[in-house]
Amino acid sequence: MDDVLDVRDLRMRYGKTDVLNGVSFAARPGEVLALLGPNGAGKTTTIEILEGFRMRSAGEVSVLGTDPAHAGEAWRARTGVVLQSWRDHAKWQVRELLAHLGRYYAPYSTPGVTRPWDVDDLLETVGLTAHAGKRVRNLSGGQRRRLDVAIGIVGRPELLFLDEPTAGFDPEARRDFHDVVHRLADREEATILLTTHDLDEAERLADRILILAGGTIIADGSADELARAMSGQSEVRWSRDGQRFVHAADDATAFVRELFRQYGESVEDLEVRRASLEDTYMALVRQAEHGAPRRLTAVAA
Amino acid sequence: MNPMLVAARAGLSRGWIEFKQTLTTPGDLISILIVTGGFLAAMIWTRHTRVPGTHFSLGTTMLVSVLALNVVVYGVIRMGDLLVTEREDGTLLRAKAIPNGMLGYLLGKVVNISGQIAFVVAITLLIGAFLFTGLAIGSPGSWLTLVWVLVLGLLAMLPLGAVLGSLFESQRSAGGPMVLLLAGLAAISGIFYPITHLPVFLQWAGQVFPMYWLGLGMRSALLPNAMAAVEIGHSWRHLATFGVLSAWAVAGLVLAPVVLRRIARRESGSSVAARREKAMRR
Repeated sequence: MDDVLDVRDLRMRYGKTDVLNGVSFAARPGEVLALLGPNGAGKTTTIEILEGFRMRSAGEVSVLGTDPAHAGEAWRARTGVVLQSWRDHAKWQVRELLAHLGRYYAPYSTPGVTRPWDVDDLLETVGLTAHAGKRVRNLSGGQRRRLDVAIGIVGRPELLFLDEPTAGFDPEARRDFHDVVHRLADREEATILLTTHDLDEAERLADRILILAGGTIIADGSADELARAMSGQSEVRWSRDGQRFVHAADDATAFVRELFRQYGESVEDLEVRRASLEDTYMALVRQAEHGAPRRLTAVAA
Repeated sequence: MNPMLVAARAGLSRGWIEFKQTLTTPGDLISILIVTGGFLAAMIWTRHTRVPGTHFSLGTTMLVSVLALNVVVYGVIRMGDLLVTEREDGTLLRAKAIPNGMLGYLLGKVVNISGQIAFVVAITLLIGAFLFTGLAIGSPGSWLTLVWVLVLGLLAMLPLGAVLGSLFESQRSAGGPMVLLLAGLAAISGIFYPITHLPVFLQWAGQVFPMYWLGLGMRSALLPNAMAAVEIGHSWRHLATFGVLSAWAVAGLVLAPVVLRRIARRESGSSVAARREKAMRR
């Protein structure tokens, strides 16, 4: 099947500043991609170019087989954008708003996809059934965010964009949101591109992680693959005779076997820790900021 | 199903929903009633004053002219204000993110504002019919004239409001200049006093703008024919009214889509976020 997203050598320049200089990646149907990177790395710029909300300076971009810079309303109907809401549509009732926004999608139904999403089913999916009759302004922050997601998916998008979807969430709202995304990816088979600062979230939601730094993609792979490709090293901690030790080992199993062979029963408090996504991320970003950026691509098995 | 047609229908119902929300939101309703009530108070105050050179009530003339002022206030100021506010709060971006959403959004605004104007005109006339003498509301001809002046007035004002709303970046920067502009226009457009009592150069200035012609059209519909005597040229000048209002309508309808497309193109998540941060800092 064709790639849903295909970005090649994407460049963006504001005045004399290059924000993106040669971003390339692709997404297969049904994949969940997380775009990570430090502030100002160009995550939002990238996602806005793909959404068709921003013109690029150079490069080739294909989203659902079309260049978003020249895409029409039929293309728009196949994409979903979850926006960071503020106070729009404050006077509308939840159900009324979803039913209204859904109407625009009806002419874009295909034999495979019935658009829009049935409102009751959608309310159930995002957990807003009990609040269907409330005015939007009376929703709590977490409920409001769920409504944003509902608006983003009311047209049953084949491709969904989420730009920092959980910024400002409490842990419970975050977990609810993750459930919705999982359901979407599994049941609706939607391709999802999300940006986030939360590494834990990226690890939990994404099939594949892209790290954007210095205007280019410096890593591309699953959380596991990235950790393994970056450093095969694990951290081993233990104590012996009341003294604490830390050692970075390439082969933790062999190292621990050797440790026990030498010291046997006197080894206590043993702890083996594989490099986390956070370690990998920090190392990669630091490397990109200081050295020549090299692209780290983990080859999927 | 034609997608544009579907969006147009959705836009009409959007306008109706928004209009109902305006009438059921206490804050919105009260602000409409206060302005309408303020004007009515001024008219009642001048009820027994005569229009110079006639035995006709100045209050009644004012009542009719203020209908024209209402069309401008709601058509330009409310329209512009809503557009600025909803660009700031992200409503416009949401419309842009759904297929043909901008069409639905704009049609919704047109229906909503037209509804509000019809509402204000209706209550002003209803109260006026009881409190004021001399209104020529008995003949079908009056209503016919009222309708075409009103519709043409809306066609001239709403696109203008959309253009003005696009020029300002935030709600705070828009409010002051718009109200000042309007007050100045009202003063030279013969809304509160016959224009023939102004210096001639101001009469000419007033006649450039649509507010004067809207007022003239309203007076021609709802005042006795004899009152044409205090107008410029001692005539209701229907042809000229039609011509000038149409010219403004055409100019607005040509200009508005260009300007709106430009601001819509610039909307994105980060531009809304930037404005939000700016607004939060204040």
